[in-house]
Amino acid sequence: MDILVLLQLIVSSSLMYAAPLIFTALGGTFSERSGVVNIGLEGIMVMGAFMSAVFNLLMFDTFGGLTPWLGLLAGGLIGVLFSLIHAVATINLRADHIVSGTVINLAAPALAVFLTKIIFDAAQTGPLARSFGRSNILGLQNIPVIGPIFFENTSGPAYLGILVAGIAWVVLFKTRFGLRLRSVGEHPQAAETLGINVLRFKYYGVMISGLLGGIGGAIQAQAIHNEFGILTVAGQGFIAMAAMIFGKWNPLGAMGAAVFFGFAQSLSRVGSYIPVIQDIPNIWLQVLPYLLTILILVGLIGRSEAPKKLGITYIKGN
Amino acid sequence: MLTMNKDRLNNLLVPIFSIFLGLIFGALLMLAFGFNPITAYNAMISGVFGSPYFLGEALRAATILTFTGLGFSIAFKAGFFNIGVAGQLLVGWTASIWVALAFPDLPRLMLVTMSIAAAIFAGAVWAGVAGALRAYFGTSEVIVTIMLNYTALHLTNYLILNVLGTGNTTERVSENANLSIGWLTELTAGSRLNVGIFIAMVVVFLYWIFMTKTTAGFEVRAVGLNPHASTYAGMSATKNIILSMLISGGLAGLGGAIHGLGTFGNLFTQSGLPTAGFNGIAVALLGLGNPIGIFFSSILFGVLEIGAGFLPNGAGVPDEMASIVTAAIIFFVGANYIIRFFMNKLNNKKTQAVQEGE
Repeated sequence: MDILVLLQLIVSSSLMYAAPLIFTALGGTFSERSGVVNIGLEGIMVMGAFMSAVFNLLMFDTFGGLTPWLGLLAGGLIGVLFSLIHAVATINLRADHIVSGTVINLAAPALAVFLTKIIFDAAQTGPLARSFGRSNILGLQNIPVIGPIFFENTSGPAYLGILVAGIAWVVLFKTRFGLRLRSVGEHPQAAETLGINVLRFKYYGVMISGLLGGIGGAIQAQAIHNEFGILTVAGQGFIAMAAMIFGKWNPLGAMGAAVFFGFAQSLSRVGSYIPVIQDIPNIWLQVLPYLLTILILVGLIGRSEAPKKLGITYIKGN
Repeated sequence: MLTMNKDRLNNLLVPIFSIFLGLIFGALLMLAFGFNPITAYNAMISGVFGSPYFLGEALRAATILTFTGLGFSIAFKAGFFNIGVAGQLLVGWTASIWVALAFPDLPRLMLVTMSIAAAIFAGAVWAGVAGALRAYFGTSEVIVTIMLNYTALHLTNYLILNVLGTGNTTERVSENANLSIGWLTELTAGSRLNVGIFIAMVVVFLYWIFMTKTTAGFEVRAVGLNPHASTYAGMSATKNIILSMLISGGLAGLGGAIHGLGTFGNLFTQSGLPTAGFNGIAVALLGLGNPIGIFFSSILFGVLEIGAGFLPNGAGVPDEMASIVTAAIIFFVGANYIIRFFMNKLNNKKTQAVQEGE
């Protein structure tokens, strides 16, 4: 196979698989920076995937080609609603963050399939009306060599994700809002003393994770699976969490890690076209993201990287 | 003495209220979608308790949940969230089938023992990795066990497709690896209820002895309550972390063996992680870490699991409703602050009324 075509295939399929991970990992970053562990990202993605699939099928006649993009909003909105359960449980009702996240992960697939059966009379939605497909990015495909590899016939949502990662970095590290959000995760008592409403900022963190996680799920349904069923998300939320940790709770790092995991996942699909890689048994490519995450956690990440008060419920006056 | 009794009562009230609130939540959801919740719950209960076969199946499901629940619980007591019970169950299941298929002609007692031992070992190793990484490198066991879950899933599927099986499934194990007991099968009209339920009861008892009557169990609990204080008192946090994770994974692996040899008799490719793993977490949380509580919680969730099958035909409700109820129950257990808050208010009012009466 022509080297240019091969590179194009690798880049575009990596980005396609990376897109949901980028958004969800960014969401996790906001939640954890505010001190709330969110292993419920998996469940939030499931709800986002479900909602976008329903929206896609029901609203295609109204919105036509714009439907998948608006579907992202639909997924994001349901994500926010679902994340509120986690917020209320962990912030107000003092539930253990992992327990509450587990509840989200138990509830979401059950609820989504329950609703799918009620709406469509089947456990899957069936093919969507309009998926994302492949697009050229803002005329950049005309740049010689680089253009066709990176910007031609590729994943639109992935580039949106990269853009959002940049914005997230600015918000988190260069704005007053970001400083306050981080202070709440690092030292809530000090933040409270300075007049910051700790609980409100934790809510912001969790709700942003719901928005971005829901969008991540919506991309998973509309760009990769082209339907919603119980297997649409299947573990991607957990990989996104891994990307967030891999990226050291930094939006740009999380985005980079998500792209890498997208690459690793795409290898088990397109690896058979690539010399050397095609000789590696598929099983290694499948478990690579998981084992790599463990290795990274053990070897490269210092223990002080996570927000200091991560997972600890803030009780006023204590 | 009086306060201790009150605490015990409160501890019992939290799960009971949680079950109650979870069922009410499910009922409201069904009403919202135009279903009749009474018909639905009735279909589940009469379905399961109306025939010895389905009651047997519910107890069979409860058996597996007891093992995964106890497994999750012991790590939780030591301060670890072993979210990997599903993966540990799966590797246990795989190991038990592997051994059973490798030595089909050994005497029954020997083959069953060997298969179960292999499963316990596999589960213990799978969880032990997470425990050791936590103990020596401070790596989050939540992330490591999640990653090991998916590693187990892909690895098992790979083994079935390439080593153990033909196509998507392995052969059935020989009669010598079978866990069924004639009279129990007959009593439950041919259900897959097997010797596992008695093993579960024994393990519940041993778990209770270990946690409350032995030094090792005391240390596990102490490390969970306050790692710094227990280290100061001369207990080794490292040792206890690894020990509790080994036992935790071993129990999940044992559940996998009972699932493999008892429920299915073979191994087949999975599209997702076994639900018994995550439901085990639910069972342990509802049982509040008490082995007897876990046993009864398992029976409740076993009834819900098998009862779910009666929802579509009995009440027109999708069977996912049962899982939604499960999640709701655990939500209230997790957010028990609200239940305790109202119970305290109620108690205060009562004391006030008594004082005013005097």
